[in-house]
Amino acid sequence: MRETVELSLVVNGRAHPIRVEPRETLADVLRERLGLTGLKISCDVQVCGACTVLVDGLAISACTYLAADAEGHEVTTVEGLARAGQLSPLQQSFIDAAAFQCGFCTPGMRMAATALLAENPAPTRAQVVAGIEGNICRCTGYVPIIDAILEAAGAVDAAGVSEGAR
Amino acid sequence: MIPGQFDYVRPADMAETLRILKDREGEAKLLSGGYSLLPLIKLRLAQPALLVDLRDVAGLDGIAETDDYLRIGARATHRQIHEMPMVRDRYPLLHDVTAVIGDPQVRNWGTIGGSVAHADPASDWPAVLLATSSTIICRSQSRERAIAAREFFLDTFTTAIEPTEVLTEIRIPRRPRGAGGAYQKLERKVGDFATVGVAAVVRLGANGRIESAGIGLTGVAETPFAATDAEAILAGNAPAEELFRKAAAAAGAQSRPAGDVRGPVEYKRAMAAELTVRALRTAVERALANA
Amino acid sequence: MTTETTPRTSPEIGGMGHSVKRKEDPRFIRGAGEYIDDLVLPGMLWLDIVRSPYAHATIKGIDASEALKIPGVLAVITGADLEKAGLHWMPTLAGDKQMVLPTTTVMYQSQEVAAVVATSRYIAADGVAAVLVDYEPLPVIVDPHKALEPGAMVLRPDRAADKQTNRIWHWESGDAAKTDAALAAADVRVSEDIYIPRIHVASIETCGCIADWDAVRGQMTLHMTSQAPHAIRTVLALVSGLPEQNIRVKTHDMGGGFGGKVPVYPGYVLAVVASLTVGKPVKWIEDRSENLQADSFARDYHIHAELGATKAGKITSLKVKTIADHGYTDAAADPSKFPAGLFNVITGSYDFDNAFVEVDGVYTNKPPGGVAYRCSFRVTEAVHAIERMVDILAHDIGKDPAQLRMENFIQPEQFPYKTPTGWEYDSGNYGVALQKAMDMIGYDDLRKEQAAKRAKGELMGIGISSFTEIVGAGPSHDFDIIGLKMFDSCEIRVHPTGKVLARIGVQTTGQGHETTFAQIIAEELGFPVGDIKIEYGDTDTAPYGLGTYASRSTPVAGAATAMAARKIRDKARKLAAHLLEASEEDLEWEPGKFSVKGSPDRFKTIQEIAFAAYTNHPAGMEAGLEAVDYYDPPNLTFPFGSYICVVDIDKGTGQVHIRRFVAVDDCGNIINPMIVDGQIHGGLTMGLAPSLYEAITYDELGNNLAGTFMDYLVPTAVETPAWETGKTITPSPHHPLGAKGVGESATVGAPPAIANAVVDALWHLGVRNVDIPMTPQKIWAILHEKGIS
Repeated sequence: MRETVELSLVVNGRAHPIRVEPRETLADVLRERLGLTGLKISCDVQVCGACTVLVDGLAISACTYLAADAEGHEVTTVEGLARAGQLSPLQQSFIDAAAFQCGFCTPGMRMAATALLAENPAPTRAQVVAGIEGNICRCTGYVPIIDAILEAAGAVDAAGVSEGAR
Repeated sequence: MIPGQFDYVRPADMAETLRILKDREGEAKLLSGGYSLLPLIKLRLAQPALLVDLRDVAGLDGIAETDDYLRIGARATHRQIHEMPMVRDRYPLLHDVTAVIGDPQVRNWGTIGGSVAHADPASDWPAVLLATSSTIICRSQSRERAIAAREFFLDTFTTAIEPTEVLTEIRIPRRPRGAGGAYQKLERKVGDFATVGVAAVVRLGANGRIESAGIGLTGVAETPFAATDAEAILAGNAPAEELFRKAAAAAGAQSRPAGDVRGPVEYKRAMAAELTVRALRTAVERALANA
Repeated sequence: MTTETTPRTSPEIGGMGHSVKRKEDPRFIRGAGEYIDDLVLPGMLWLDIVRSPYAHATIKGIDASEALKIPGVLAVITGADLEKAGLHWMPTLAGDKQMVLPTTTVMYQSQEVAAVVATSRYIAADGVAAVLVDYEPLPVIVDPHKALEPGAMVLRPDRAADKQTNRIWHWESGDAAKTDAALAAADVRVSEDIYIPRIHVASIETCGCIADWDAVRGQMTLHMTSQAPHAIRTVLALVSGLPEQNIRVKTHDMGGGFGGKVPVYPGYVLAVVASLTVGKPVKWIEDRSENLQADSFARDYHIHAELGATKAGKITSLKVKTIADHGYTDAAADPSKFPAGLFNVITGSYDFDNAFVEVDGVYTNKPPGGVAYRCSFRVTEAVHAIERMVDILAHDIGKDPAQLRMENFIQPEQFPYKTPTGWEYDSGNYGVALQKAMDMIGYDDLRKEQAAKRAKGELMGIGISSFTEIVGAGPSHDFDIIGLKMFDSCEIRVHPTGKVLARIGVQTTGQGHETTFAQIIAEELGFPVGDIKIEYGDTDTAPYGLGTYASRSTPVAGAATAMAARKIRDKARKLAAHLLEASEEDLEWEPGKFSVKGSPDRFKTIQEIAFAAYTNHPAGMEAGLEAVDYYDPPNLTFPFGSYICVVDIDKGTGQVHIRRFVAVDDCGNIINPMIVDGQIHGGLTMGLAPSLYEAITYDELGNNLAGTFMDYLVPTAVETPAWETGKTITPSPHHPLGAKGVGESATVGAPPAIANAVVDALWHLGVRNVDIPMTPQKIWAILHEKGIS
């Protein structure tokens, strides 16, 4: 057994002291140690986006990212986007546009879209496509997802908060 | 897919990093991002004993122009490079390449130093560094040295870096007046490693002729390489479609691709030539716009 | 035939024709869906699998001693261990047998060789890495043609003495002599070899389970990813000897199925055995490489087709000979009577009398399977072949492919139409669908543009596919799986307060059953869709059903739901008559209430009636308001459509760019237009995938060359065109709702449209066929050979 490392992982604004093996991925630690099962594992090698979370606001693939590497940085998962039971404009537009079917890619897709809109609140269709090119969806054919993100772009929720600003 | 076991350190600074590399020479693998390395570890195709994470090492992430070159710190992410206004305005070749490496998640986290040091035979950056005749700076406890990109990529996943060295920065020559560059990538789908990638740089003289040209190819040999035969054909001649075709044929001929899932040898050679033409066209357009 | 859906119910009720927002979505959008790998049970252990690096090898020994030294590794299970319990083999759905773990020989790369049970996922993986297996490699057969050569190594010597060959079975349909005669008499004959390669459904969630054996209660609960949980329970009871009432199979949210979650994989069985052995819950989740390398494949049909026609282009005859590569065992998920599925629907949308189809199933050193990839039992292979052949015929005789189709379509008045291979199509109006697609895309202008471009040396192609699907298996006289007839079911309970719980025998993997099945009940009974809860996937509570695949949910379970609701309506009428003191014949139904004819103010709402069923039911009537229906469909349903694709080909690189794609679908009456449109979009993208990108290929040693998502190329948003969809509506005459099923039409119909477009762009160069996937390297090789590139 190799040496373990002591981390303080800041996830969704909360610090979690935790001891991990160096090889443990951020995805496995979030899912199995912290019970944050919103992110999914699918390709397991960084190419499908199901495990997308934000680190310091940037979308990354947690399946091939060492948990140890996240120490000292802010991790945001889909659970961290909840707003007291209210749906955000992006959530609402995903539902309205039928932007998911089986729901498995949805958390990752949503994190990619959140990062995209935070950076570019009024993207063009091409920019939306580029923003989700790292996320595979097997059910929807993407068009409804693109429509949903465009629909949410620039929209603000009841509290006057736009999608990107958390 | 579960990674095999390894030790892990996250040194606070360069001195500590270099000491660890010296102490555990040959066992340690540097981590700077990891989106190339970690999939290999998860697939159990790589099993390093020790990962040395460069994340906390200061001074490795700057992007700035000096009088002679554009200095890019090894830990600059593809995205940071892509988004620099200076890069967008003055280095369209770099803007090209940083748009097509992997996917947004890769570009957010992957670094130029990690990518160059990993030296995947089909990765994008090496072609650019070869075309631009860039320099790669490496440091060990005993010295810092500059390695020409054209002497850096030795074989598949093999570079001129010593086990005790850290790749610290990339120096890309400043773009002079009359110079233009472009990157062309053929991929099976977005995010894929290149089937063929071609970086081309041309510098036009006052007479409108090509003073010098640099062409770097990736995906079509055991390691990325400079298409020197093509460069020689271009030098001194007026840019023209026929000339591009001739140079491209030479680039194709100089390729040594392996037949694999991305295509048979003949196809890859032909694509090396085709993309060379396309890269040259854009490079010349950009050179003219920069006259 | 119409093109609009006019709902009978109000938006508040939300019956058929309303784009009701999905009930599933609020949990999915919050990341709160519960998929199998999200589930953690107390004391749960992990199982991971040692897999063969060889496609064919003798196992000389397995040394687990190092693995067992790892702290946390509790057990290593081998074939020898299973053999003692007689569990090293299991039956396949196709009546063949499949190894759970091998005792002597591995038959494909990545085959399960041993299982490691450990206290964590990571330790289980370490255990797998530490198990040493001594293999002696054997020669490998990857090409089914070579497998059939005389003298070829026999891969399955365990079969009966009269079956010592690699041919598994021979199957045929239609009239050989008549077809030969018609072909001989035909003015024009076209023939072609068409290969439809092996692909993988690659649902975004892989397969997995938690087997939870409670030794005290003698209860096995199997949480799993399954499209057919009830059948799994029965099979498990038969194989394990556990009493069926003590087996509970439970599915959770599932990240797609597409056929890949129909079979029983060895991993499930190993988890069950492990849980029985250690008495704790055992989780097995396959990773993506295991999923791509070992789970059931789809397609892999080598087709030779010959089409006969008159000079004018009237089709007279079709003859098809096919070699079907099944891997090392026949584990195809087909109804028992149909070893090649419904492949003999290959006469397609066209009216002609003579057809003969034969298929040989063949063993090779590849993984077993033969699942759908989002289609109904080999209909995709059939549609691809006929639509390619019709296009070749049109080009050969110089007739526009749209015109040739129009002249050969089965006409609306010919339905129900009996095909020469024995199917009876329920309804169709093919010409209208094709004309609509042509109008939407501007067909005539595109042909002019193509001519102009061709004159300039540019490569542009237009491809049509006018497909007929065959879904909704199926009538019990023909359709069963391992003896279980292919009915499906629904049970509806109306609670006293007028709220509804309904349970269905089918299983959603993302289709939105919680919403559409509620809409069927809303349509039939007038309860608001929000008052109806749909449950499925728990064999302890849901009525028995054969599951969701082959687009059978709406045609079969949807019909059962309507019929169960009608039984409730019949009782509600009696209750209303009692409450209104009127005779049943004097009552009129409109969604949500019974009123007295001629006195519209005298009525009882369905909610009032429900309350009365528990509080004020008449003497002699049972209390309560519930019903169950097991629906045996009288026929299959036959959705159809016409797709038109426009491509531009990059002569330099061979890349195919889909410029436009118009899809006109007819799935009969529509329950939820938004969901139908979503199904078509998704189906089109899964039709695009094998057309241009996806394929599982093997090297000569049997190594899978597409074993990760780095090489198995699932399209992203960048590769996916902006689909344009349209519809016509031709109800099924025999389905209670007039619906037909739609989940798979687009996956079936899209590939030949794309292939026909690519060949159309290249036809003038002498190209007659390009097999999918039409990759740049393949197109470039053609262009290069023709001196173009």
